[in-house]
Amino acid sequence: MLAFILRRLGILSVILFGSSFILYNMAAISGDPLADLKLSTDPNRDFLIASLTRELQLDVPPPARYFLWLKGIFGVFIGKPDFGMSRDGSTVAHSLALAIPVTIRLVLAATIFAIVLGISIGIVTALRQYSRFDYSMTFVSFLMFSLPIFWVAVLLKEYLAISFNNFLREPNVPIGWIIGLALFSGVFWASIIGGSRKTFWLAFFSAALIAGSIVTLFSLSGWFLNPGLGPIVITAMSVGIAYGVTQLSVGLINKAALKASLTMAGLTLIFYYPAQWVFDKHPGSLPVFLMACITITIAVFVGLSFSRIDRAPIVRTTIITAVLSAGLVIVDKFMQTWKPYMETDAINYRPVPTIGQRSDLLDTPDYWLKSLDIVTHLFLPTVALTLISFAGYIRYSRGTLLEVLNQDYIRTARAKGLTERTVIMRHAFRNTMIPLTTIMVVDFAGVIGGALITESVFGWSGMGTLFRQGLLGYDLNLLMGVFFITATLSVLANLVADLLYSALDPRIRVGGGA
Amino acid sequence: MIFRKKVSDNTEISSSGENAIANKEIEGLSQGQIVRRRFFRHRAAVFSLGVIIFIVVFVFTALDFRFLGIWHVKGWWKWSPEDLPELRFGDCPNDTVGCPTISLLPKALGGNGIGLGDHPFGQDDIGRDFFSLVMKGTQRSLSVMVVIGFLGGTIGTVVGSISGYYRGKIDAVLMRFTDFIITIPAIIIGSVVGYHFGNLGAMFLAFYLGLFAWTGLSRLVRGEFLTLREREFVDAARVAGASNRRIIFKHILPNAVGVIIVSVTLLLSGAILLETALSYIGFGVVEPDVSLGLLINKYQDSFTTRPWLFWYPGLFIISIALSINFIGDGLRDAFDPRQRRRISKKERQESASARKLAQAND
Repeated sequence: MLAFILRRLGILSVILFGSSFILYNMAAISGDPLADLKLSTDPNRDFLIASLTRELQLDVPPPARYFLWLKGIFGVFIGKPDFGMSRDGSTVAHSLALAIPVTIRLVLAATIFAIVLGISIGIVTALRQYSRFDYSMTFVSFLMFSLPIFWVAVLLKEYLAISFNNFLREPNVPIGWIIGLALFSGVFWASIIGGSRKTFWLAFFSAALIAGSIVTLFSLSGWFLNPGLGPIVITAMSVGIAYGVTQLSVGLINKAALKASLTMAGLTLIFYYPAQWVFDKHPGSLPVFLMACITITIAVFVGLSFSRIDRAPIVRTTIITAVLSAGLVIVDKFMQTWKPYMETDAINYRPVPTIGQRSDLLDTPDYWLKSLDIVTHLFLPTVALTLISFAGYIRYSRGTLLEVLNQDYIRTARAKGLTERTVIMRHAFRNTMIPLTTIMVVDFAGVIGGALITESVFGWSGMGTLFRQGLLGYDLNLLMGVFFITATLSVLANLVADLLYSALDPRIRVGGGA
Repeated sequence: MIFRKKVSDNTEISSSGENAIANKEIEGLSQGQIVRRRFFRHRAAVFSLGVIIFIVVFVFTALDFRFLGIWHVKGWWKWSPEDLPELRFGDCPNDTVGCPTISLLPKALGGNGIGLGDHPFGQDDIGRDFFSLVMKGTQRSLSVMVVIGFLGGTIGTVVGSISGYYRGKIDAVLMRFTDFIITIPAIIIGSVVGYHFGNLGAMFLAFYLGLFAWTGLSRLVRGEFLTLREREFVDAARVAGASNRRIIFKHILPNAVGVIIVSVTLLLSGAILLETALSYIGFGVVEPDVSLGLLINKYQDSFTTRPWLFWYPGLFIISIALSINFIGDGLRDAFDPRQRRRISKKERQESASARKLAQAND
């Protein structure tokens, strides 16, 4: 195994060396970085040219200059990498350090949403193969495949952001919308649940009724201007989460797990007010992180104390329940911040921005206001990226699950008399996740460098913007810095994907004979 | 809730009657006939095929066609992108200029009758007919797509089949070369060439993008060849003394052609999105040439005032990409031998009654 990894790493570094060498020389002959200076009429033109030449070592021919650049990169091994200077006088390392978090922020949430949504819809469509839900989701996923993101982005800006902001001026949902939403939710849930005609209509009416009344209630109570969940709703939702997670994870038949996760739901209510106190008195990321750690510790403790045998699945259930319920408390805090946020001068009741990564006018020391500002700016890009990328996960997880469901071991599991839940979750779902995991790893690495168009549409300055800047300004060091990060990540991710595959699927051996 | 699933839904536990239906259907048919039959049963795919053919014919006959100055075919549309008709104003809503004249509502329903009018998609800032611009852009995007698909498909198939068939050192070298190509961003090559030779036009763009688009396909084909070459019929051919060339072309390639065709269609739909995206950010087709991505980029700011300048190019991109995706889905179903069609209730009943009849006769 170790030999395999080392050999692969060796090959990868040779590939990286070759492609970076070629890329460097290509980029060097693609344009003259001094061209605009040579044309300028600035009196100290010659001095500027000389200083830029000295700084970027332009007097060295590109093939030799490449090795100077490579020498700086090799500083990685002594903990002091040197990516060189960019044209505007700052170090490339500094620009990268600013850009990487922005890009991660931009794509992380979208990728996670796309994976979770795509896989769950894909699984439901596979279980309901050839149903109306399956056909409509197939159509939706093909449509998403075919959408150019720059086109979607303009539509979202117009119809989602601007109309939502206009709507907030007078937040009353028109009756037509309420009926439409209710019907949509009815059809959606009824087609997922499926079953006989009676269950279908029962599901349809209850889902439509619930959705309709929730929206009406929101509209009448002015919830959109002053949203919030409050301890009661949070507790009710946590109980729902406890039941749902227990059913999916170990089955409701496991009473110990159910009791443990219901205890976690109850603890959410008890800890609600202390959490509010911490949020208000000690705002910041560190207290939130500490509270998350405490939550998980308590969940492990509760899980252990409720279980005699088979501890790991029960602890897993309580942890998932606890994290989701605690997430609700955070969401509630953001909702409470919504009203003060809208009242600030920078926002002035138009909270969904169409461009940028933060409001420059928002000048506040408040941690929660600043965080909410980041969240609202993330909203549109996240929706756009999720729409574009979740279709692939739907298709892939559907195809894989259908293949797995046709395997002999699924038939064996059914023949043993296992419940349908166990067959799907334990036998089918886990085997479906093996190829999906490897795809996810590669995707995560790809997104770091991959959001060039999204960044340009939404006016973010991340890695894609740096790449473009380097390419258009013939800024070699900047371009190579971006390339180095993204290429290294992508080849490493491919290696990790191979290793993960062999770790998850014992039938696959890496490097054994070869 | 999603687990309440009837066991009978599962095709695997289906009665042998379904297999009988499926087998009876393909009795005495060649592989090509089976594939064609399966494809034409996929309604969405056939419909999409019709849409694509319609779009191609519609778009390529709309404008004048010149070939090296010797061959000149007149298009059926009266304007060309070079014409500068007068900008229409006065009768447009919200005081805009150059609004579209297309009308799809018949007179009986209160519309202006079905007709294209003078400028069906409106006019751009300087009065050029937007319909002819969109036609030109679609021609560009379609031809770029075909070139990328052809080049990528050919290189990918050749590299993949050689490395999958010969394995060993050749495979290692070719696959490392593929990894190498994957790490190089294609845009860089474009900008190098653009700097030295100026703008070489859309066809050159398609050419170099095609040189970089084959990597995924080659991996797929390689995997397919690796499995197929271990099969008994390949052993039989080898024992019978067939040459490598014959085995590759006569025995393995026909079996791998399904995978190749399906992924080339997906490559095509990806190619049109890639071209429009590159043109949108300014690294693809550049002015004075026209491309759908370029048109969207140019007029996205006028979305609130003159939305038609934004809608029509986008609709063409989506309908092309969507149709190709559906065709690809139909082809996948047609080529996949494991894929079994959903047997309708009626057929199941018919087969059951036929079986009963047969038993009764015994």
